[in-house]
Amino acid sequence: MFVNLRRFVNLTRFVSPKRKDKMLRELPLYFMLLPAVILVGIYSYGSMAGIVIAFQKFIPAKGMFGQQDWVGLKNFVTLFSMPNIWQVIQNTVIIASFKLIGGVIVPVVFALMLNEVRNILTKRVFQTLVYLPHFLSWIILSGILLNILSPSEGLVNILLSKIGIEPIFFLGNPDVFPATMVVSDIWKTFGFASVIYLAALTSIDPSLYEAAVIDGANRWRQTWHITLPGISAMVVLMTVLGLANILNGGFDQIYNMYSPVVYSTGDILDTLVFRLGIEQAQYSLSTAAGLFKSVVSMIFIIVSYYLADKFTGYRVF
Amino acid sequence: MRMKESLPRKIFVVSNIVFLLLVSLLCIAPFINLLAISFSDKTAVAGGEVTFFPIGFTTVSYEFITNTSKFSTSLLVSLMRTAMGVPINLLLIILVAYPLSKSKGEFRARSIFSWFFVVTILFNAGLIPTYMIVRNTGLIDSIWSLILPEALPVFSMLVVMNYMRSLPKELLEAAYIDGASHLQTLIRVVLPVSTATIATVTLFSFVFHWNSWFDGMIYMNTIQNYPLQTYLQTVVVNPEEFLRNNTDLSGNLSKYLSMVSARTTGAAQMFLAMIPILCVYPFLQKYFTTGLVMGSVKE
Repeated sequence: MFVNLRRFVNLTRFVSPKRKDKMLRELPLYFMLLPAVILVGIYSYGSMAGIVIAFQKFIPAKGMFGQQDWVGLKNFVTLFSMPNIWQVIQNTVIIASFKLIGGVIVPVVFALMLNEVRNILTKRVFQTLVYLPHFLSWIILSGILLNILSPSEGLVNILLSKIGIEPIFFLGNPDVFPATMVVSDIWKTFGFASVIYLAALTSIDPSLYEAAVIDGANRWRQTWHITLPGISAMVVLMTVLGLANILNGGFDQIYNMYSPVVYSTGDILDTLVFRLGIEQAQYSLSTAAGLFKSVVSMIFIIVSYYLADKFTGYRVF
Repeated sequence: MRMKESLPRKIFVVSNIVFLLLVSLLCIAPFINLLAISFSDKTAVAGGEVTFFPIGFTTVSYEFITNTSKFSTSLLVSLMRTAMGVPINLLLIILVAYPLSKSKGEFRARSIFSWFFVVTILFNAGLIPTYMIVRNTGLIDSIWSLILPEALPVFSMLVVMNYMRSLPKELLEAAYIDGASHLQTLIRVVLPVSTATIATVTLFSFVFHWNSWFDGMIYMNTIQNYPLQTYLQTVVVNPEEFLRNNTDLSGNLSKYLSMVSARTTGAAQMFLAMIPILCVYPFLQKYFTTGLVMGSVKE
């Protein structure tokens, strides 16, 4: 079809006005976009239209865009008068913030130390080992963590007891649970994140180091004055882009490891949305909670992209 | 540049290697422990004796799994969604990235369409509206519910689009002058030079489809339609129940009950689910780095 069209374009090139010619030249591009536009239109924009549920007393039997009763902001009033809502928002922000901070510092430190290794093969082996968890699902990782963190028969507590430390209830103690989530998330992600910093490190101009050596700078001063400034743009970029996740506590991770015992510190917005919507079938309330999260997140995403562009010239498109 | 190594420098180099070794061990030790548990005797596991080597080596957990129908059924669903989902992702990524990589002069509607796709990463409608749309389009309990809602991974598309935009203009102009259509230019000129980036997003897509579990949990009503990770989730969250259900169902499995425990069979299933990722991930490093750096970080 496209080939025939092209022949047509060739024929008309010299006879038709320029505008029409351009239109025909562009036509195949529209055809290429068509399937994706339809699917994204239905599933992304269709569901965006579905946020009206948050302003209705939604009864599924009447159909998604059926004759529902409108209730204005009542669902939001209910949501924000829930006794635990502020606690949940606070939990989300705390867990997400620590993940963000640790998720920048740990990979940077690791990349700096890995960069000191001269042998390329050794470097490669270390790198490959540490980013394995990044590619595994939270299902498998949760399964493993539930195993090794178990107070009675888990590997970690067995090792701790050998050096005389009482078993720690990593997943059952509300004071420890958020820290367990933060540390295990950093454990999963730092290896892969360090790949990005390592790429930035290797792109630093070697002549800078040579000049520094001639000036008598030692290793520490080289790191401080050349290496760190060299990757600072990437650090700023990753931090700023991470801001977009400020309301993402990590559903996949927490849902598979939490329990009612740790709701007080471990329940996050996404798990609340899930329990309200899927488990309790309170569709309107769940949609309202989700909409609140999406709107706040959108503001953070836009601000973070703006900052990323301003500080580092990063653009998504 | 080789410097004379001072003593403090040597101490640093050695302690650095030791530190890196410890960190690497920390990252893979849990997986070695998992593997050891899956091949161990259930009493050794329950007694907390198993660390990094199997104790009372046995393959009975693996035999048990291959004899239960659910693991293989869900494996099949996962293989199917990956085999269908990855090519569809890839096709749509390419079909969208190419037009959007054109300059505004060549494709006037470029920024309208760019925004059309980018808005979907800025704003997420949330769980219930998405669920309702999937239900309204009749995909509940169908494998398409795992494929169509995420048919275009927008972020991957942006990576490919940015790469295509960085290609030298002369290359595309030469094709145009030779009378190539857009489709011919895409297939014969653009794709052959974009293989590294395409490989990167293919792997992203593969990992996404293999690891997804939540969509399976909410869109599938019957457990026979669960993809592997969704099924595993039920095992991970409730290991005892998994064992009970499977031994109740068929009598010939009850003979295993004395030999396996929830932990050994759980470990075996998790390890089996890791294998495809273990096979591809060491080779990804080069592609991921080049793909990410070229694709996403440019001025």
